[in-house]
Amino acid sequence: MSLPVADAPAIEVRGVNKWFGTNHANRDIDLAIARGTIHGIVGENGAGKSTTMNIVYGYLQPDTGEIRVGGRPLAVRSPRDAIAAGIGMVHQHFMLVDPFTVLENVLLGAEGGMTLAAGARRARDELARLEKDYALEVDLDAVVGDLPVGVQQRLEILKALFRGAEILILDEPTGVLTPQEVDHLFRILRALKAQGKTIVIITHKLREVMELTDTVTVMRRGEVVATKPTAETSREELASLMVGRSVVLRVEKPPAAAGRKVLEVEGLTVVDGQGVRRVKDATFDVRAGEIVGVAGVSGNGQTELMEALAGMRPIASGRVRVSGADLITPSRRPDARAVRQAGVAHVPEDRQRVGMVTSFTAYETLILGYEDDPAYTRGPLIDWSGVRMRCAKEMEAYDVRPPVPTLKSSKFSGGNQQKIILAREIERNPDVLLVGQPTRGVDIGAIEYIHRRLVQLRNDGKGILLVSVELDEILALSDRIIVMFDGMIVGEVPADQADERRIGLMMAGIAEAA
Amino acid sequence: MDDILLTIVSVAGATIRVATPLVFAALAGLYAERSGVVDIGLEGKMLAAAFAAAAAAHVTGSPWVGLLAGIAASTLFALVHAYACITKAGNQVVSGMAINILVAGLAPTLAIAWFGLGGNTPSLASGARFQAIRLPFVDLLAPVPIIGPIYAQVISGHNILVYIAAALVPLTGWVLFRTRFGLRLRAVGENPSAVDTAGVSVVALRYRAMIICGVLCGVAGAYLSTAHGAAFVKDMTAGKGFLALAALIFGRWLPWPALFACLLFALTDAMQVRLQGTPIPGIGVIPVQFIQMLPYVLTVLLLAGFVGKAIAPKASGIPYVKER
Repeated sequence: MSLPVADAPAIEVRGVNKWFGTNHANRDIDLAIARGTIHGIVGENGAGKSTTMNIVYGYLQPDTGEIRVGGRPLAVRSPRDAIAAGIGMVHQHFMLVDPFTVLENVLLGAEGGMTLAAGARRARDELARLEKDYALEVDLDAVVGDLPVGVQQRLEILKALFRGAEILILDEPTGVLTPQEVDHLFRILRALKAQGKTIVIITHKLREVMELTDTVTVMRRGEVVATKPTAETSREELASLMVGRSVVLRVEKPPAAAGRKVLEVEGLTVVDGQGVRRVKDATFDVRAGEIVGVAGVSGNGQTELMEALAGMRPIASGRVRVSGADLITPSRRPDARAVRQAGVAHVPEDRQRVGMVTSFTAYETLILGYEDDPAYTRGPLIDWSGVRMRCAKEMEAYDVRPPVPTLKSSKFSGGNQQKIILAREIERNPDVLLVGQPTRGVDIGAIEYIHRRLVQLRNDGKGILLVSVELDEILALSDRIIVMFDGMIVGEVPADQADERRIGLMMAGIAEAA
Repeated sequence: MDDILLTIVSVAGATIRVATPLVFAALAGLYAERSGVVDIGLEGKMLAAAFAAAAAAHVTGSPWVGLLAGIAASTLFALVHAYACITKAGNQVVSGMAINILVAGLAPTLAIAWFGLGGNTPSLASGARFQAIRLPFVDLLAPVPIIGPIYAQVISGHNILVYIAAALVPLTGWVLFRTRFGLRLRAVGENPSAVDTAGVSVVALRYRAMIICGVLCGVAGAYLSTAHGAAFVKDMTAGKGFLALAALIFGRWLPWPALFACLLFALTDAMQVRLQGTPIPGIGVIPVQFIQMLPYVLTVLLLAGFVGKAIAPKASGIPYVKER
């Protein structure tokens, strides 16, 4: 340890083991987090990062091992014990009550008396002080469900500080933020550190780890594989520690050879069931042999845009042409099947709910939506043995692990589920591929593979429309980038002129494209 | 003129008497559902309480002992429901329905075994029932036109449970929005994870809510057999538990609107009693069965027409299991 430790570490995890059924989620975890530092914990999905920190917070109970806070063993039987010991946690999915006001959310569990009135008065004073100290502006009487996620996150931090947290754990805090909101968050965290607080940040974004942390711990498959001072490591080293082998973080791709327009969208407007206009007058096109990335903070109309293009949602006005022919207009609304038959394949962003039936086997998932294709049928029946054989072959080709067609879809990891869906859609040889959040919840190794596949498809002359909230992914893959904000396309930037700052401002609705 | 006033006053008085068990049951459902536990077993718990109260009141001669017995029986079933739904994370609709079916058979069976009166309990002597209370100043106000009869028959002249029901509505509003318990109760029905990570036990909160639900259903049942009626009669709840659930939904899980919905349902019920056998101009006498349908038809129409806008507590009906 290069940092001078005058007294005991803020948190020590000693020999913690945790099983979920047969899944050994934490193996002999030993971890020390020095007081007054920002400590990063990185690792792939399922590496056990959140499990370890949920044990520290008392939300989960370890099967063996102990937690020490400030050098003394602490029996954390519930979050109440952890809160009392000065530990606060901001979970990946915010633990907020949407219909409540900000003040009610802060008070929950720390009401300060049988009735609310007195506690609420005290909380207002205390919160005003905290907000001033850390630039955490939040309107106390706003209803939480109406607030943007960046503000909700600030509220979570405020909640922890109000409870007197000296140690703050943040689980994947930047996943839903714009780059500007990430900057704001990091300023807050640095201010907290300057006040002597200890911060633990769980993430899989290595750039953020390098930028923010003092020390970094890498976890892989439930084990701690390394703890290093951040200054003495690099993104490449951390990535290979996470995966257990060296990985290529950059996607190699030749210059685009864009051809004819395969997807043309004109003045597309989508109105949802509540009468809200989710997509407003969107016009763009995708050419053969290029990847067009749609950047934007989640919830700005990208989901509805993709669903409309895939035939899952009616459009209010505008039209969609595929390979020069009208496919979707307000009066002519083909269903998802007809859209697929017209040469548009779709990898939905919510793969477990829309992309597959998780209780189906892999081979059933592989033909879902194409089940009456003559290749899979014999008369009125499905040719299951033929389907299984084909599935085994495609699992091989797409590196699905384990390559077992009869395994339930839910048993595969996120990355392998995505590979099965990619195989299903790509093997139909579409002209246009709509891809939503292709690597959400996917391991680095699988991300690398999925990215290469998408680039290969583009090189084969297909048009790809890629929606992702991961700006890094958009920047790495796209030939052109369009930015959505509040349902509108606020800018289009060729990839070679795109930088994070410029796109970030557009995503926040601040700057229009020049 | 006096006739019309008399009719209105008597319908209003009847409405309040019919609404009382609905109010208790709707508030019982409010506590359960606000905590995230769907309870379609209100009906069964009321029926169990009605039987236990009538039986105990008959044996001891005291309506108060009857009330306690009713509360005990109902709370027992509430705890069964709580154990199945909260501790064992079972299906809440199945558990609630099971209680309804169990009680519908069990109560008359016990009644036959103990009293041998074809599934009913013996008629209660007047001392074993809750009696009407005359509020002060009834005689003083009697000569005052309009106000006099209204005070005498609508405000005064009900039994103690009616006044308790009336007091429970503002009390519930206060508990729900002004106290620590209410804040946690509303939170646990919306997002139990938020309550858990705030260091508050989800299980304990939901059990407490179910106990309150059991007590209130117990009072509702006791009211039916020892205050409004004078014995337990087989199937005497006749869907009132479901009506209360409908009132709760129509009232958007809020105490005052739920009270309003209960009064509305009770009014149609009081009116249908009035309308039975009364010829209606141009139509003649409507068969009793059709008139008796009115409250239920209204329920269907109201729920179909208005409930689209009602938003249930988000976590209601979902057993709480920690995320990994």
